[in-house]
Amino acid sequence: MAGTDIIIHDEKDNVGVVVIEKITPKQDCDCWIMENDKSVKIQSMDEIPLGHKIAMTDLKEGDTILKYGHDIGKVVKSIKKGEHVHVHNVKTKKW
Amino acid sequence: MEIPKTFLGYKREDGRTGTRNHVIILPVDDISNACAEAVANNIKGTIALPHSYGRLQFGADLELHFRTMIGTGKNPNVAAVIVIGIEPKWTKRIVDAIATTGKPVEGFSIEGVGDINTIARVSKKAQEFSIWASEKQREERPISDLWISVKCGESDTTSGLASNPTVGNLMDKLEPLGVHLCFGETSELTGAETVCEKRGKTPEAQEKFRKTWSSYNDFILKEATDDLSESQPTAGNIAGGLTTIEEKAFGNFQKIGGCKFIDVLEPAEEPTKGPGLYFMDTSSAAAECVTLQAAGGFNLHLFPTGQGNIIGNPIEPVVKLTANPLTARTMSEHIDVDVSKILSREMNLDEAGDELIKATIRVANGRLTCAEALGHREFVMTKLYRSA
Repeated sequence: MAGTDIIIHDEKDNVGVVVIEKITPKQDCDCWIMENDKSVKIQSMDEIPLGHKIAMTDLKEGDTILKYGHDIGKVVKSIKKGEHVHVHNVKTKKW
Repeated sequence: MEIPKTFLGYKREDGRTGTRNHVIILPVDDISNACAEAVANNIKGTIALPHSYGRLQFGADLELHFRTMIGTGKNPNVAAVIVIGIEPKWTKRIVDAIATTGKPVEGFSIEGVGDINTIARVSKKAQEFSIWASEKQREERPISDLWISVKCGESDTTSGLASNPTVGNLMDKLEPLGVHLCFGETSELTGAETVCEKRGKTPEAQEKFRKTWSSYNDFILKEATDDLSESQPTAGNIAGGLTTIEEKAFGNFQKIGGCKFIDVLEPAEEPTKGPGLYFMDTSSAAAECVTLQAAGGFNLHLFPTGQGNIIGNPIEPVVKLTANPLTARTMSEHIDVDVSKILSREMNLDEAGDELIKATIRVANGRLTCAEALGHREFVMTKLYRSA
C-alpha cells in the first residue's frame, strides 16, 4: 500500500493532494483515488510541497476546480496538467 | 472494535457527568481578574478564568456574555464556582443561574470592600470548595454522558483528507450510542453552506441553519473592506496548501461524518433536544469557539489540526489530532493522536476512528491532554459589537 505520492478524493476531481514531503519536477507520481480505490499515474511539472495540489488535467481560465467532488473555486490563470495549483492560479468564487 | 459502554466520570448534582473536577474562580468583568487570579494563586486546586470583557455591554452582546459565564459555571467539568464581580447585581445574576445545577457556588463583589479584603474573604470560601471537591471520586458513567464538541484549526489539506474524516468516523460510531455532539464555525462553512444546510435533520433545522449562515454572510459583506481572503483562508492554511474558503469549508465539513444535525444553537446555548449532533453558531477563531462550546455544556473537545494549532481550554479538555506527518514530528508535544499513517495508507479511516475513540475515553477517564499538561487555558469571550 505504501508508495502513494498523491491522494485524490473523488473520481471527478481535477486536482490531487501531495502526501509526501514534496514532489519534484518530472517526477512520476502514483496517485490513489479514495472514492473508488483506483490508482493512476501523473508526471509532475513543478516542485510541489506536502499538502499542496497538483492539476490532474489541463485547465483554462474560468474553469472550475473540483475537489471532494465539489466546486472549490475558479481558475484565473491557465494551468497545465502536472502543475502546482494554488493561490497564484485559483481564486474563490465567494466574496 | 467494541466501543466501551462506560467511562469514569464525576457525577454531578444535576445528573450530568464531568470529565474533570475543577473549582473555578470566575470574574464577571475584566477589572475583577486581579482578584480572581490572586485567590487562585492562594488556594491550590482552584483555577482563575480571567478574560477581557463584562463592562458596559448591552443587548444581545450582554446576554451572550451572561450565557457564556453561566454556562461555564454550569458545565459538569466544574465541581464548584466562585464568582467575583465589581458590583453585586450582575454577580448575583450569574450565581443564581449556576446554582440551579445544585453545585456549590458563591458570589462576591469588590465595591466598598477593595481587592485585599475581598481576596481574604474569597480565599476562605475557595479553600472550603477546593477541599470539598478533592473528595469527589470518579465512577462508572454511561458513554452517553459524553458531550463532545469539535472544531479544527490551522487546517491544511491533510485536515480535509484525514484528520477531519477521522473525527467524522468517531461521530458516526458514537452518535448511535446517544452521545451529544456539536460542531460550529459558521464562517468556515462558507462555500459548503448549501451542502451543509441539507444535513439538517428536519426542515426547521435546515431553515435555522440557512438563516444563521445568511446573517453571518450579510455581516461580512457589510463590514469587510474588500473580502475575507486575507483571513479566510489564513496564512497558515495557505502555507498548508489550502487555496480557497470553499476548499477549506468542504474539508471542515468532513468532521461530522454522515451525521445530521438536529438543531442550531445560539453561541453558548445549551442543547435541549436530546442526544445527537448540534450546530452552534460560532466564530472560527479556535479559543472563542471552544469557549462557547464549553459554555454550552460540552465536556470533551476534539481538535484536528494540520499546521499545528496549540489551543487549550481551562475547563474542557482539548484532544488534538493531526494527519500532517511534519506537524506530528515537529510539534509532537501538542499532538495527542497522530493519524498521519492514513496518508501513507498504513492506516485506514476506520482504524483511525477507533484510535481516536480510545484516546477520547482515556481523556474522559482523566488522562491529561497535551494542552492541559502544557497549561493552555484559553478562555475567550465572543463579542458581538462595541460596548456602550
